[in-house]
Amino acid sequence: MKFMKLLASMVLSMSVAGVAYSDLVIPSLEYRTGPYAPNGIHFADGFTDYFTLLNERDGGIGGVPVRVVSCETAYNTEKGVECYESTKGQGSLVYQPMSTGITYQLIPKATADGIPIHSMGYGRTSAANGKVFSHVFNYPGTYWDAASIIIKHILDVEGGDISGKNIALVYHNSAYGKEPIRTLEKLAEKHGYNLTLIAVDHPGQEQKSQWLQIRRERPDYVLMWGWGVMNQTAIQEAANIRFNMENFIGVWWSSSENDVIPVGQGADGYKAIALHGVGDDFPIYDDIRKYVLDAGKAAGDGTNLGKVLYNRGIMASMLATEAIRTAQKISGTADITPDQMRDGMEALKVDAARLAEIGLPNFAPPVEVTCSNHGGPGLGAIQQWDADTQTWSLITDFIAADREVVDALIAEDSAAFASENNITPRNC
Amino acid sequence: MFYRESGDFKTSYIQDQQIFPILQDRVFVIAVIAFAFLVVPFLINDYWEKSVLLPVLIWSLAAIGLNILTGYCGQVSLGTGGFMAVGAYASYKFTTAFPELNMFIIVLLSGGVTAMVGVLFGLPSLRIKGFYLAVATLASQFFLIWLFNKVPWFYNYSASGQINAPERFVAGIAVTGPNAPPWATYLFCLILVVVLALIAKNLTRGRFGRSWMAIRDMDIAAEIIGVAPLKAKLSAFSISSFYIGIAGALFFLVYLGAVEPTEAFGIDKSFLVLFMIIIGGLGSILGSFIGAAFMFLMPVLIKNILVNGLGWSTDIVAHLIFMIVGGLIMFFLIVEPHGLAQLWRVTKEKLRLWPFPH
Repeated sequence: MKFMKLLASMVLSMSVAGVAYSDLVIPSLEYRTGPYAPNGIHFADGFTDYFTLLNERDGGIGGVPVRVVSCETAYNTEKGVECYESTKGQGSLVYQPMSTGITYQLIPKATADGIPIHSMGYGRTSAANGKVFSHVFNYPGTYWDAASIIIKHILDVEGGDISGKNIALVYHNSAYGKEPIRTLEKLAEKHGYNLTLIAVDHPGQEQKSQWLQIRRERPDYVLMWGWGVMNQTAIQEAANIRFNMENFIGVWWSSSENDVIPVGQGADGYKAIALHGVGDDFPIYDDIRKYVLDAGKAAGDGTNLGKVLYNRGIMASMLATEAIRTAQKISGTADITPDQMRDGMEALKVDAARLAEIGLPNFAPPVEVTCSNHGGPGLGAIQQWDADTQTWSLITDFIAADREVVDALIAEDSAAFASENNITPRNC
Repeated sequence: MFYRESGDFKTSYIQDQQIFPILQDRVFVIAVIAFAFLVVPFLINDYWEKSVLLPVLIWSLAAIGLNILTGYCGQVSLGTGGFMAVGAYASYKFTTAFPELNMFIIVLLSGGVTAMVGVLFGLPSLRIKGFYLAVATLASQFFLIWLFNKVPWFYNYSASGQINAPERFVAGIAVTGPNAPPWATYLFCLILVVVLALIAKNLTRGRFGRSWMAIRDMDIAAEIIGVAPLKAKLSAFSISSFYIGIAGALFFLVYLGAVEPTEAFGIDKSFLVLFMIIIGGLGSILGSFIGAAFMFLMPVLIKNILVNGLGWSTDIVAHLIFMIVGGLIMFFLIVEPHGLAQLWRVTKEKLRLWPFPH
């Protein structure tokens, strides 16, 4: 007991040090260690570099510098909670937990503390219903949008009829991987395909039995909801059983270079859904090289620029920045509070012209958030891997999800959450 | 000179048999408990609640549970994570099915359910021992987690397979959910931990504890002098699981609020609790507390010093934590193989003889 007290008092003396700054605090719950680090590092680098660029080039946002507080979660929920508690007192504007599990933890906590959460393309899908989830945002798309877009793409490839086809879902056995199941089941009723569910346990390095099952059942298509080392293992196993890569489609979290490069030529033709453009052919990269990389201020070693998940990090920080700008405009102050940030996120509007202004022309579809719709446009394109040139390329336009199916599911699930937690939906 | 029992006369058996026979010990423990109950609730904030005190209390409880089984009864178990999951899921089913039920009763009932499951998985211990038993309990770990993933009834058919703790009240004050004040959740856990730790301490000093220790030290000799292995082993399994189940219920209801079985109650949790009791001290209730605090707080402390204090990058610190904590574990095990509790025991002996050691 004595020992514990001593430790505890030391922890306190450390945790109270360093408050009262006049800046915009953005916590970055990142993971550069553990089985999910290959993906986490790219995202964290992009996320941090964009804010560094704004600080170096523009002196922050609206004249106020941004301070990124990084905290290592290792994709672990308990560490995520510790990160949240230790950073929220510093005036954190918005949390991007980068983990569906941590998002589920933080939804009630952050809502009670009045701090918005932006789970960009992950987290709880039904949070798209802003009437119920006042502080949670998941624009520009949700897992259920992704599931529906992938099925739409398959419909497209098959000429509009997929009844009787066998589709398997290989998923991370967690809240993240289970998210799309209900949508895929609903869509199976609608389109008449057969759905097989194949779970892969954390961390996903052992998938022999799962792919044996796929080899035996010979599904026409395999979808994947994977993350971290699970992705490259799955793509390797698929290559080993000579599964046709064009029929293997991942979600946007199974879509990065380090998922396919280890598999070499075998990964050629692998498809995944994309939230945003690929490559570094955007004007903003010149600025990042000039102000961040060459100045020696990059968060990582600078080799990740233009990689899919680096771009995802840029996208996340860009959307946060635009929300901050909107909040500054609405509230009339440059040094905003989490409450004002929430209002800014709810009024966020990023159109094509604004994207071009930022230096990211045609990078992503326009995003518009309203009080009732926190899920954004819900668009996604399909990208395909070319192992010869080692590049991803978009092979479709941005496709809209089957709103009829997805919206009904969101309404149902958010209503269940509201009644469970005695939330009266807001009027908007 | 300062720490001794001379002059502290015992005039009855009850006085002679009390938990802390030395006056200073008694005063110290009462002072610590009084401080925990009367002072800490006024100082506590969210960070202290969620990142330090609640997890340490809950892990201590789990460590006490495993210590009863492994430290006192000598049955190695790697199923702690699975049993914690049973407690968590039982408490989830109870809170959602009977919203009006008192939270203390729900937590104790969850412990009861876990105790029954524990007895079931303890049955192999009657036939197999040592490493083989460890492997058998490992099966329970994987089976239980698989079960909670597989059967939707356990998670009330939610889309994500997660369970979320609903808001529940004790005497009108929320103890679960996001709006629960830190002092309420802390006191809720503290009451349970203090009462259960006292019960555990007394159990281990009484007939049960003696039969467990007899089985641990030499099961054949114990059988010959009339200790029934069936009763001793199964009671150890049930009481141990009861504690671990309560720890699991608190872990889910009060500490995290939302869990998924694979991550929250994986095999790493079983190892964590096992390391806690090995570092803290096998067969010691105090050791369970010290071990839990050491294993849980050391990484947090190192992180706070290196990241917040010295401003090092988070990934380097995350890797350093593995090395430093690993190094400390080796250091303590070499210096004192019987755990930190034994270090304290030795210190106490030295203090009693000081300044005239013989």
